[in-house]
Amino acid sequence: MSMSPSMALGAAAFVFAASAAWSAGISAPGAPERPLRSVASFEGIRNQAERSAALFTEAGKVIQSPRCLNCHPATRTPTQGDDMRQHVPLMVANDGNHGPKGLPCAACHGSDNARTFAAGIASVPGNAHWQLAPIEMAWQGLTLPQICAQLKDPRRNGSRSLDQIVTHMNTDHLVGWAWDPGEGRTKAPGTQKDFGALIEAWVKTGAHCPTA
Amino acid sequence: MKLKVNGKVHEIDSEPDTPLLWVLRDIIGLTGTKFGCGVALCGACTVHVGGEPRRSCILPVSMVGDADVLTIEAVGGTPVGKAVQDAWLKVEVVQCGYCQAGQIMQAAALLTANPAPDDGAIDRAMSGNICRCGTYPRIRAAIHAAAKQGAV
Repeated sequence: MSMSPSMALGAAAFVFAASAAWSAGISAPGAPERPLRSVASFEGIRNQAERSAALFTEAGKVIQSPRCLNCHPATRTPTQGDDMRQHVPLMVANDGNHGPKGLPCAACHGSDNARTFAAGIASVPGNAHWQLAPIEMAWQGLTLPQICAQLKDPRRNGSRSLDQIVTHMNTDHLVGWAWDPGEGRTKAPGTQKDFGALIEAWVKTGAHCPTA
Repeated sequence: MKLKVNGKVHEIDSEPDTPLLWVLRDIIGLTGTKFGCGVALCGACTVHVGGEPRRSCILPVSMVGDADVLTIEAVGGTPVGKAVQDAWLKVEVVQCGYCQAGQIMQAAALLTANPAPDDGAIDRAMSGNICRCGTYPRIRAAIHAAAKQGAV
């Protein structure tokens, strides 16, 4: 299988980022290859609104990772891979976000990741709640400040309170898939626990959005 | 483990992560379902599990549980499957035929979910079934013909 230029570029960037993290002494055995900053490391920012926005910007490393963005597309068609190419085969969300009539997401995506026995693709991802995000929760094409505003808007966040957003990010199984995406896929940065802690701290500090 | 295929219960001795396709073909001996790509990209291995289409090449047999598995060998025993197979013959859809077991199973799943699909609905539901002979126009015509039979 040939590698497209964008795939090659993405892979090179990832290798560079990983090796930079290693040389900076951030990684430890068993730790995520791309860690998230801890909540405590933001305590030096005295202004609470600025600290809140900085916490969200750090959490944005997860929110804007391909593992999350691929199923929060701008259109009703998912993307796939670290280069977020169009999903093959062509899929559409349909009204219920689970695929067109007769071809549900679950035709290929089971209740868990599944290994393959063929060359090229090591696993097909899966989760019991596999589905496309509703259109009002589209993230692709938005800036991080725009995503932040969307996340706080009950009309665009599934009518969730901020506390419910914290619980969702901390414990939801499909969110958690981003750190267990199956062989052959780059995990989201950090851990779900680290990510949840950032979101929780962001809410506690007033849920301020970054401006850029 | 027990596996119910085409109405018959089989006692299966296999690893939990063995794909259903291997069990169907190599253990039970139902070779109508084909191996195409092995990564759920071509649709040749499509069967029904609990009435829904599934790519059997990447479905661990342990995930089937007690759901009914229906394969190309028995789909003609259902009204929808019979209508699809009749239409397939009438329209003479098949060229080489390798993908057609999967195409028929996928078409039957579509017509079960949507008894009167338009061209767009057919294209959306059949987009994951690849045919290297390019029989797509005849597949689409046969699905329309099966829908018109009213048996579905």
